[in-house]
Amino acid sequence: MIKKVVSGVEAALSGVTDGMTLMLGGFGLCGIPENSISQLVKLNVQGLTCISNNAGVDNFGLGLLLQKKQIRKMISSYVGENDEFERQMLSGELEVELTPQGTLAEKCRAAQAGIPAFFTPAGYGTEVAQGKESREFNGKMYLMEEAYKADFAFVKAWKGDEAGNLVFKGTARNFNPCMCGAAKVTVVEVEELLPAGALDPNEIHIPGIFVNRIFKGTHYEKRIEQRTVRSK
Amino acid sequence: MLDKNGIAKRIAKEVKDGYYVNLGIGIPTLVANFVRDDIAVEFQSENGVLGMGPFPFEGEEDADVINAGKQTITTLDGASFFDSATSFAMIRGKHVDLTILGAMEVAENGDIANWKIPGKMVKGMGGAMDLVASAENIIVAMMHTNRAGASKLLPQCSLPLTGVGCVKKIVTNMAVLEVTAEGFLLLERAPGVSVEEIKNATAGKLIVNGDIPEMKL
Repeated sequence: MIKKVVSGVEAALSGVTDGMTLMLGGFGLCGIPENSISQLVKLNVQGLTCISNNAGVDNFGLGLLLQKKQIRKMISSYVGENDEFERQMLSGELEVELTPQGTLAEKCRAAQAGIPAFFTPAGYGTEVAQGKESREFNGKMYLMEEAYKADFAFVKAWKGDEAGNLVFKGTARNFNPCMCGAAKVTVVEVEELLPAGALDPNEIHIPGIFVNRIFKGTHYEKRIEQRTVRSK
Repeated sequence: MLDKNGIAKRIAKEVKDGYYVNLGIGIPTLVANFVRDDIAVEFQSENGVLGMGPFPFEGEEDADVINAGKQTITTLDGASFFDSATSFAMIRGKHVDLTILGAMEVAENGDIANWKIPGKMVKGMGGAMDLVASAENIIVAMMHTNRAGASKLLPQCSLPLTGVGCVKKIVTNMAVLEVTAEGFLLLERAPGVSVEEIKNATAGKLIVNGDIPEMKL
Protein backbone atom coordinates (compact mmCIF):
# COMPACT_ATOMS: atom_id res chain seq x y z
CA MET A 1 0.00 0.00 0.00
CA ILE A 2 1.20 3.49 -0.81
CA LYS A 3 0.99 5.68 2.26
CA LYS A 4 0.08 9.37 2.03
CA VAL A 5 0.15 10.31 5.70
CA VAL A 6 2.37 13.18 6.78
CA SER A 7 3.16 14.11 10.37
CA GLY A 8 1.05 17.26 10.53
CA VAL A 9 0.18 20.58 9.03
CA GLU A 10 3.81 21.81 8.85
CA ALA A 11 4.93 18.84 6.76
CA ALA A 12 1.73 18.99 4.72
CA LEU A 13 2.41 22.55 3.62
CA SER A 14 6.12 22.27 3.01
CA GLY A 15 7.04 23.70 -0.37
CA VAL A 16 4.41 26.45 -0.38
CA THR A 17 6.13 29.65 -1.48
CA ASP A 18 5.36 33.25 -2.45
CA GLY A 19 3.45 33.82 -5.67
CA MET A 20 1.89 30.35 -5.90
CA THR A 21 -1.60 29.55 -7.17
CA LEU A 22 -3.68 27.67 -4.60
CA MET A 23 -7.03 25.90 -4.77
CA LEU A 24 -9.05 25.86 -1.55
CA GLY A 25 -12.20 23.81 -1.03
CA GLY A 26 -15.32 25.00 0.73
CA PHE A 27 -18.63 26.76 0.14
CA GLY A 28 -18.90 29.80 2.36
CA LEU A 29 -17.34 28.56 5.60
CA CYS A 30 -18.66 25.03 5.08
CA GLY A 31 -15.97 22.44 4.38
CA ILE A 32 -13.01 24.83 4.35
CA PRO A 33 -9.49 23.53 5.13
CA GLU A 34 -9.20 25.39 8.44
CA ASN A 35 -5.84 23.92 9.47
CA SER A 36 -4.16 24.60 6.13
CA ILE A 37 -5.44 28.18 6.10
CA SER A 38 -4.02 28.75 9.62
CA GLN A 39 -0.69 27.38 8.45
CA LEU A 40 -0.68 29.65 5.38
CA VAL A 41 -1.15 32.59 7.76
CA LYS A 42 1.71 31.33 9.91
CA LEU A 43 4.01 30.82 6.92
CA ASN A 44 3.14 34.38 5.84
CA VAL A 45 3.55 33.50 2.15
CA GLN A 46 2.80 36.50 -0.07
CA GLY A 47 1.37 37.30 -3.50
CA LEU A 48 -0.93 34.28 -3.61
CA THR A 49 -3.57 33.56 -6.23
CA CYS A 50 -6.44 31.75 -4.54
CA ILE A 51 -9.07 29.73 -6.41
CA SER A 52 -11.98 29.29 -4.03
CA ASN A 53 -15.74 29.66 -4.51
CA ASN A 54 -15.89 32.30 -1.76
CA ALA A 55 -13.43 34.48 0.13
CA GLY A 56 -14.39 33.78 3.73
CA VAL A 57 -15.60 36.39 6.19
CA ASP A 58 -13.59 39.19 7.80
CA ASN A 59 -12.06 37.15 10.59
CA PHE A 60 -12.33 33.56 9.38
CA GLY A 61 -11.53 31.38 6.40
CA LEU A 62 -9.72 33.15 3.58
CA GLY A 63 -10.53 36.42 5.34
CA LEU A 64 -7.55 35.61 7.59
CA LEU A 65 -5.20 35.68 4.59
CA LEU A 66 -6.85 38.84 3.27
CA GLN A 67 -6.32 40.58 6.61
CA LYS A 68 -2.60 39.95 6.27
CA LYS A 69 -2.65 40.99 2.61
CA GLN A 70 -1.22 37.65 1.49
CA ILE A 71 -3.58 37.33 -1.47
CA ARG A 72 -2.80 39.13 -4.73
CA LYS A 73 -5.62 37.65 -6.77
CA MET A 74 -8.89 35.93 -5.88
CA ILE A 75 -10.76 33.67 -8.32
CA SER A 76 -14.30 33.10 -7.00
CA SER A 77 -17.97 33.03 -7.94
CA TYR A 78 -19.25 35.04 -4.97
CA VAL A 79 -17.35 37.24 -2.56
CA GLY A 80 -19.94 38.95 -0.35
CA GLU A 81 -19.84 39.13 3.45
CA ASN A 82 -16.30 40.49 3.70
CA ASP A 83 -15.55 44.20 4.34
CA GLU A 84 -11.77 43.88 4.10
CA PHE A 85 -12.16 42.12 0.75
CA GLU A 86 -14.32 45.00 -0.50
CA ARG A 87 -11.82 47.58 0.70
CA GLN A 88 -8.84 45.87 -1.00
CA MET A 89 -10.79 45.30 -4.20
CA LEU A 90 -11.98 48.90 -4.48
CA SER A 91 -8.49 50.25 -3.70
CA GLY A 92 -6.99 48.04 -6.42
CA GLU A 93 -4.74 46.11 -4.00
CA LEU A 94 -6.58 42.90 -4.79
CA GLU A 95 -7.33 41.54 -8.25
CA VAL A 96 -10.61 39.65 -8.56
CA GLU A 97 -11.70 37.25 -11.28
CA LEU A 98 -15.39 36.42 -10.93
CA THR A 99 -16.33 33.11 -12.50
CA PRO A 100 -19.72 31.39 -12.72
CA GLN A 101 -19.92 28.74 -10.01
CA GLY A 102 -20.47 25.75 -12.31
CA THR A 103 -17.63 26.92 -14.54
CA LEU A 104 -15.34 27.25 -11.53
CA ALA A 105 -16.17 23.69 -10.44
CA GLU A 106 -15.65 22.33 -13.95
CA LYS A 107 -12.33 24.18 -14.41
CA CYS A 108 -11.13 22.28 -11.31
CA ARG A 109 -12.58 18.98 -12.47
CA ALA A 110 -11.04 19.44 -15.93
CA ALA A 111 -7.63 19.99 -14.33
CA GLN A 112 -8.16 16.83 -12.27
CA ALA A 113 -9.17 14.83 -15.35
CA GLY A 114 -6.46 16.10 -17.72
CA ILE A 115 -8.88 17.99 -19.95
CA PRO A 116 -7.32 21.31 -21.06
CA ALA A 117 -10.57 23.08 -21.93
CA PHE A 118 -14.32 22.59 -22.31
CA PHE A 119 -17.38 24.41 -23.63
CA THR A 120 -20.16 25.70 -21.38
CA PRO A 121 -23.20 27.90 -22.05
CA ALA A 122 -22.72 29.81 -18.76
CA GLY A 123 -21.75 33.42 -19.34
CA TYR A 124 -22.33 33.48 -23.10
CA GLY A 125 -23.41 36.99 -24.12
CA THR A 126 -22.22 38.49 -20.80
CA GLU A 127 -19.02 40.20 -19.72
CA VAL A 128 -17.67 36.79 -18.62
CA ALA A 129 -17.37 35.97 -22.34
CA GLN A 130 -14.93 38.80 -23.05
CA GLY A 131 -11.76 37.51 -24.73
CA LYS A 132 -13.01 33.91 -24.83
CA GLU A 133 -13.64 31.72 -27.84
CA SER A 134 -17.31 30.93 -28.45
CA ARG A 135 -18.75 28.22 -30.64
CA GLU A 136 -22.14 26.92 -31.69
CA PHE A 137 -23.16 23.34 -30.97
CA ASN A 138 -26.62 22.09 -31.97
CA GLY A 139 -27.93 25.62 -32.42
CA LYS A 140 -26.78 26.93 -29.04
CA MET A 141 -23.80 29.13 -28.21
CA TYR A 142 -21.08 28.03 -25.79
CA LEU A 143 -17.92 29.57 -24.32
CA MET A 144 -14.58 27.84 -24.17
CA GLU A 145 -13.18 27.71 -20.64
CA GLU A 146 -9.73 26.40 -19.75
CA ALA A 147 -8.73 24.10 -16.90
CA TYR A 148 -7.04 25.75 -13.93
CA LYS A 149 -3.33 25.33 -13.32
CA ALA A 150 -2.50 25.36 -9.62
CA ASP A 151 0.48 24.55 -7.43
CA PHE A 152 -1.35 23.30 -4.35
CA ALA A 153 -4.92 22.18 -3.65
CA PHE A 154 -6.07 22.38 -0.02
CA VAL A 155 -8.94 20.05 0.70
CA LYS A 156 -11.02 19.25 3.78
CA ALA A 157 -12.59 15.80 4.09
CA TRP A 158 -14.47 14.15 6.94
CA LYS A 159 -12.68 10.78 7.05
CA GLY A 160 -9.59 9.58 5.30
CA ASP A 161 -7.30 6.58 5.52
CA GLU A 162 -3.53 6.15 5.34
CA ALA A 163 -3.79 5.47 1.60
CA GLY A 164 -5.41 8.88 1.07
CA ASN A 165 -8.91 7.57 0.34
CA LEU A 166 -11.53 10.14 1.32
CA VAL A 167 -15.10 10.39 2.52
CA PHE A 168 -16.87 13.76 2.79
CA LYS A 169 -19.80 14.78 4.96
CA GLY A 170 -22.96 16.62 3.96
CA THR A 171 -22.59 19.80 1.94
CA ALA A 172 -19.04 20.18 3.28
CA ARG A 173 -18.21 18.10 0.20
CA ASN A 174 -18.86 20.93 -2.34
CA PHE A 175 -15.67 21.88 -4.26
CA ASN A 176 -13.34 19.63 -2.24
CA PRO A 177 -13.56 16.47 -4.38
CA CYS A 178 -13.22 18.51 -7.61
CA MET A 179 -9.91 19.95 -6.39
CA CYS A 180 -8.31 16.62 -5.48
CA GLY A 181 -5.59 15.91 -8.01
CA ALA A 182 -6.30 19.21 -9.80
CA ALA A 183 -3.06 20.85 -8.61
CA LYS A 184 0.57 19.74 -8.60
CA VAL A 185 0.26 18.80 -4.91
CA THR A 186 -3.01 17.91 -3.16
CA VAL A 187 -3.03 18.33 0.61
CA VAL A 188 -5.97 16.90 2.52
CA GLU A 189 -6.90 17.50 6.15
CA VAL A 190 -9.41 15.17 7.78
CA GLU A 191 -11.35 15.05 11.02
CA GLU A 192 -10.73 11.31 11.35
CA LEU A 193 -7.58 9.65 10.04
CA LEU A 194 -8.06 5.89 9.88
CA PRO A 195 -5.84 2.88 9.17
CA ALA A 196 -6.04 1.40 5.69
CA GLY A 197 -8.90 -1.07 5.56
CA ALA A 198 -11.11 0.87 7.95
CA LEU A 199 -13.07 2.47 5.12
CA ASP A 200 -15.30 0.33 2.91
CA PRO A 201 -13.87 0.57 -0.65
CA ASN A 202 -17.49 0.75 -1.92
CA GLU A 203 -18.10 3.97 -0.09
CA ILE A 204 -15.01 6.00 -0.88
CA HIS A 205 -15.78 9.36 -2.56
CA ILE A 206 -12.23 10.14 -3.72
CA PRO A 207 -9.56 7.45 -4.21
CA GLY A 208 -6.12 8.07 -2.73
CA ILE A 209 -4.48 8.33 -6.14
CA PHE A 210 -5.72 11.94 -6.28
CA VAL A 211 -4.13 12.77 -2.91
CA ASN A 212 -0.46 13.49 -2.16
CA ARG A 213 -0.47 14.31 1.55
CA ILE A 214 -3.04 13.62 4.25
CA PHE A 215 -3.03 14.67 7.90
CA LYS A 216 -5.41 14.81 10.83
CA GLY A 217 -6.69 18.32 11.42
CA THR A 218 -7.36 19.71 14.88
CA HIS A 219 -9.56 22.31 16.61
CA TYR A 220 -12.23 22.60 13.93
CA GLU A 221 -14.43 25.62 14.54
CA LYS A 222 -16.92 24.95 11.73
CA ARG A 223 -18.51 28.37 11.96
CA ILE A 224 -22.07 28.76 10.72
CA GLU A 225 -22.71 31.84 8.56
CA GLN A 226 -26.53 31.84 8.65
CA ARG A 227 -27.92 29.95 11.61
CA THR A 228 -31.53 29.32 10.62
CA VAL A 229 -33.81 27.24 12.80
CA ARG A 230 -37.51 26.59 13.34
CA SER A 231 -39.23 26.26 16.69
CA LYS A 232 -40.51 22.92 17.93
CA MET B 1 -51.25 43.63 -5.69
CA LEU B 2 -49.37 40.67 -4.25
CA ASP B 3 -46.76 40.66 -1.51
CA LYS B 4 -43.67 38.44 -1.67
CA ASN B 5 -45.55 35.47 -0.22
CA GLY B 6 -48.29 35.99 -2.78
CA ILE B 7 -45.77 35.83 -5.63
CA ALA B 8 -44.30 32.65 -4.11
CA LYS B 9 -47.79 31.16 -3.74
CA ARG B 10 -48.60 31.79 -7.42
CA ILE B 11 -45.27 30.34 -8.58
CA ALA B 12 -45.84 27.25 -6.44
CA LYS B 13 -48.67 26.36 -8.82
CA GLU B 14 -46.10 25.98 -11.60
CA VAL B 15 -44.32 23.23 -9.66
CA LYS B 16 -45.54 19.88 -10.95
CA ASP B 17 -45.42 16.30 -9.68
CA GLY B 18 -41.99 14.71 -10.29
CA TYR B 19 -40.11 18.00 -10.64
CA TYR B 20 -36.57 18.62 -9.44
CA VAL B 21 -36.48 22.34 -8.63
CA ASN B 22 -33.69 24.83 -7.93
CA LEU B 23 -34.78 27.83 -5.88
CA GLY B 24 -32.77 31.05 -5.81
CA ILE B 25 -32.33 33.31 -2.82
CA GLY B 26 -35.13 35.71 -1.77
CA ILE B 27 -38.73 35.28 -2.98
CA PRO B 28 -37.90 31.96 -4.72
CA THR B 29 -36.94 30.39 -1.37
CA LEU B 30 -40.49 31.08 -0.14
CA VAL B 31 -41.97 28.95 -2.94
CA ALA B 32 -41.11 25.76 -1.01
CA ASN B 33 -43.62 26.79 1.66
CA PHE B 34 -46.53 26.72 -0.79
CA VAL B 35 -45.95 23.61 -2.90
CA ARG B 36 -48.85 21.13 -2.58
CA ASP B 37 -48.00 18.29 -0.27
CA ASP B 38 -49.76 15.67 -2.39
CA ILE B 39 -47.11 15.87 -5.15
CA ALA B 40 -43.52 14.57 -5.18
CA VAL B 41 -41.02 17.41 -5.59
CA GLU B 42 -37.32 17.57 -4.71
CA PHE B 43 -35.46 20.79 -4.09
CA GLN B 44 -31.87 21.07 -5.27
CA SER B 45 -29.37 23.50 -3.82
CA GLU B 46 -26.35 24.07 -6.03
CA ASN B 47 -23.85 23.74 -3.18
CA GLY B 48 -24.53 20.02 -3.33
CA VAL B 49 -27.81 18.69 -1.95
CA LEU B 50 -30.94 17.23 -3.47
CA GLY B 51 -33.95 16.60 -1.25
CA MET B 52 -33.67 19.65 0.97
CA GLY B 53 -36.03 19.83 3.92
CA PRO B 54 -37.04 22.63 6.30
CA PHE B 55 -34.74 24.51 8.66
CA PRO B 56 -33.53 22.38 11.61
CA PHE B 57 -35.01 22.60 15.07
CA GLU B 58 -33.02 24.76 17.42
CA GLY B 59 -30.03 22.83 18.75
CA GLU B 60 -30.05 20.42 15.79
CA GLU B 61 -28.13 22.65 13.35
CA ASP B 62 -25.23 20.98 11.56
CA ALA B 63 -22.49 23.28 10.20
CA ASP B 64 -21.85 20.67 7.49
CA VAL B 65 -25.40 20.81 6.12
CA ILE B 66 -26.31 24.15 4.54
CA ASN B 67 -28.03 25.51 1.43
CA ALA B 68 -26.62 27.86 -1.21
CA GLY B 69 -27.70 30.82 0.93
CA LYS B 70 -25.37 29.40 3.63
CA GLN B 71 -28.37 28.74 5.88
CA THR B 72 -28.52 25.62 8.04
CA ILE B 73 -31.02 23.12 6.61
CA THR B 74 -32.21 19.54 7.00
CA THR B 75 -32.64 16.77 4.43
CA LEU B 76 -35.65 14.58 3.72
CA ASP B 77 -35.79 10.82 3.10
CA GLY B 78 -34.31 10.11 -0.32
CA ALA B 79 -31.91 13.07 -0.15
CA SER B 80 -28.37 12.98 -1.51
CA PHE B 81 -25.18 15.02 -1.23
CA PHE B 82 -22.73 15.52 -4.09
CA ASP B 83 -19.81 17.67 -5.20
CA SER B 84 -20.08 21.01 -7.04
CA ALA B 85 -19.14 19.64 -10.47
CA THR B 86 -21.88 17.00 -10.16
CA SER B 87 -24.31 19.65 -8.97
CA PHE B 88 -23.75 21.76 -12.06
CA ALA B 89 -23.87 18.65 -14.25
CA MET B 90 -27.46 18.31 -12.99
CA ILE B 91 -28.10 21.93 -13.90
CA ARG B 92 -26.18 22.17 -17.19
CA GLY B 93 -27.35 18.73 -18.25
CA LYS B 94 -30.98 19.85 -17.87
CA HIS B 95 -31.79 17.25 -15.24
CA VAL B 96 -33.23 19.97 -13.02
CA ASP B 97 -36.75 20.63 -14.33
CA LEU B 98 -37.42 24.12 -13.05
CA THR B 99 -35.31 27.06 -11.93
CA ILE B 100 -36.89 29.91 -10.01
CA LEU B 101 -34.81 33.01 -9.43
CA GLY B 102 -34.99 36.72 -8.77
CA ALA B 103 -33.99 39.51 -11.17
CA MET B 104 -33.19 43.20 -11.25
CA GLU B 105 -34.28 43.52 -14.90
CA VAL B 106 -35.82 41.31 -17.59
CA ALA B 107 -35.93 42.31 -21.25
CA GLU B 108 -38.74 41.52 -23.69
CA ASN B 109 -36.43 39.09 -25.53
CA GLY B 110 -35.84 37.08 -22.32
CA ASP B 111 -32.46 38.59 -21.36
CA ILE B 112 -31.94 38.78 -17.59
CA ALA B 113 -29.76 40.98 -15.37
CA ASN B 114 -29.47 40.06 -11.71
CA TRP B 115 -25.85 40.11 -10.57
CA LYS B 116 -24.16 43.46 -10.93
CA ILE B 117 -24.89 47.16 -10.56
CA PRO B 118 -22.11 49.34 -12.02
CA GLY B 119 -20.59 51.56 -9.36
CA LYS B 120 -21.65 49.30 -6.51
CA MET B 121 -19.64 46.56 -4.83
CA VAL B 122 -19.92 43.47 -7.03
CA LYS B 123 -20.39 40.32 -5.00
CA GLY B 124 -20.40 37.92 -7.92
CA MET B 125 -22.77 35.84 -9.99
CA GLY B 126 -22.56 32.68 -7.90
CA GLY B 127 -24.41 29.98 -9.83
CA ALA B 128 -26.86 32.33 -11.56
CA MET B 129 -25.11 32.36 -14.95
CA ASP B 130 -24.93 28.57 -15.08
CA LEU B 131 -28.57 28.28 -14.05
CA VAL B 132 -30.00 30.75 -16.57
CA ALA B 133 -27.83 29.51 -19.45
CA SER B 134 -28.87 25.91 -18.96
CA ALA B 135 -32.38 25.55 -17.60
CA GLU B 136 -35.19 24.89 -20.09
CA ASN B 137 -37.76 26.21 -17.70
CA ILE B 138 -36.91 29.42 -15.88
CA ILE B 139 -39.40 31.47 -13.89
CA VAL B 140 -38.39 34.88 -12.63
CA ALA B 141 -39.91 36.00 -9.33
CA MET B 142 -39.68 39.73 -8.77
CA MET B 143 -41.50 42.96 -8.04
CA HIS B 144 -42.83 44.61 -11.21
CA THR B 145 -41.05 47.89 -10.47
CA ASN B 146 -37.90 48.81 -8.52
CA ARG B 147 -37.76 50.87 -5.33
CA ALA B 148 -37.67 54.08 -7.38
CA GLY B 149 -40.90 52.99 -9.10
CA ALA B 150 -39.24 52.27 -12.46
CA SER B 151 -40.30 49.23 -14.49
CA LYS B 152 -38.13 46.11 -14.28
CA LEU B 153 -39.65 44.73 -17.51
CA LEU B 154 -37.77 46.56 -20.23
CA PRO B 155 -37.25 46.71 -24.00
CA GLN B 156 -33.63 45.80 -23.19
CA CYS B 157 -31.65 45.43 -19.98
CA SER B 158 -29.56 48.40 -18.88
CA LEU B 159 -27.54 46.43 -16.31
CA PRO B 160 -24.80 43.89 -17.15
CA LEU B 161 -26.45 40.66 -18.30
CA THR B 162 -26.56 37.36 -16.46
CA GLY B 163 -27.86 35.48 -19.49
CA VAL B 164 -29.34 36.07 -22.94
CA GLY B 165 -32.79 35.07 -24.20
CA CYS B 166 -33.39 32.63 -21.38
CA VAL B 167 -36.38 33.77 -19.30
CA LYS B 168 -39.67 32.08 -20.23
CA LYS B 169 -42.05 33.23 -17.55
CA ILE B 170 -42.23 36.08 -15.03
CA VAL B 171 -44.40 36.32 -11.93
CA THR B 172 -44.51 39.75 -10.31
CA ASN B 173 -46.61 41.41 -7.64
CA MET B 174 -48.87 42.62 -10.50
CA ALA B 175 -48.98 39.95 -13.18
CA VAL B 176 -47.97 36.65 -14.76
CA LEU B 177 -46.27 37.16 -18.11
CA GLU B 178 -44.75 34.92 -20.75
CA VAL B 179 -41.76 35.97 -22.84
CA THR B 180 -42.65 35.53 -26.53
CA ALA B 181 -40.97 36.49 -29.81
CA GLU B 182 -43.29 39.53 -29.91
CA GLY B 183 -42.77 40.73 -26.32
CA PHE B 184 -44.26 40.22 -22.84
CA LEU B 185 -47.55 38.36 -23.22
CA LEU B 186 -49.86 39.18 -20.30
CA LEU B 187 -51.37 35.95 -18.95
CA GLU B 188 -52.90 36.89 -15.59
CA ARG B 189 -53.52 39.93 -13.40
CA ALA B 190 -52.87 39.97 -9.65
CA PRO B 191 -56.02 40.41 -7.56
CA GLY B 192 -57.26 43.99 -7.77
CA VAL B 193 -54.76 45.06 -10.45
CA SER B 194 -56.08 46.39 -13.77
CA VAL B 195 -54.60 45.81 -17.23
CA GLU B 196 -54.09 49.58 -17.42
CA GLU B 197 -51.95 49.56 -14.27
CA ILE B 198 -49.85 46.70 -15.64
CA LYS B 199 -49.38 48.57 -18.93
CA ASN B 200 -48.21 51.65 -17.05
CA ALA B 201 -45.71 49.63 -15.02
CA THR B 202 -44.26 47.76 -18.02
CA ALA B 203 -41.65 49.61 -20.09
CA GLY B 204 -41.09 46.75 -22.54
CA LYS B 205 -43.64 45.73 -25.16
CA LEU B 206 -46.75 44.30 -23.49
CA ILE B 207 -49.15 42.12 -25.46
CA VAL B 208 -52.73 42.01 -24.20
CA ASN B 209 -55.00 39.55 -25.98
CA GLY B 210 -58.68 39.74 -24.98
CA ASP B 211 -59.83 39.51 -21.37
CA ILE B 212 -57.03 38.87 -18.88
CA PRO B 213 -58.11 36.63 -16.01
CA GLU B 214 -57.29 37.35 -12.39
CA MET B 215 -54.80 34.96 -10.76
CA LYS B 216 -56.21 32.10 -8.71
CA LEU B 217 -54.07 31.63 -5.62
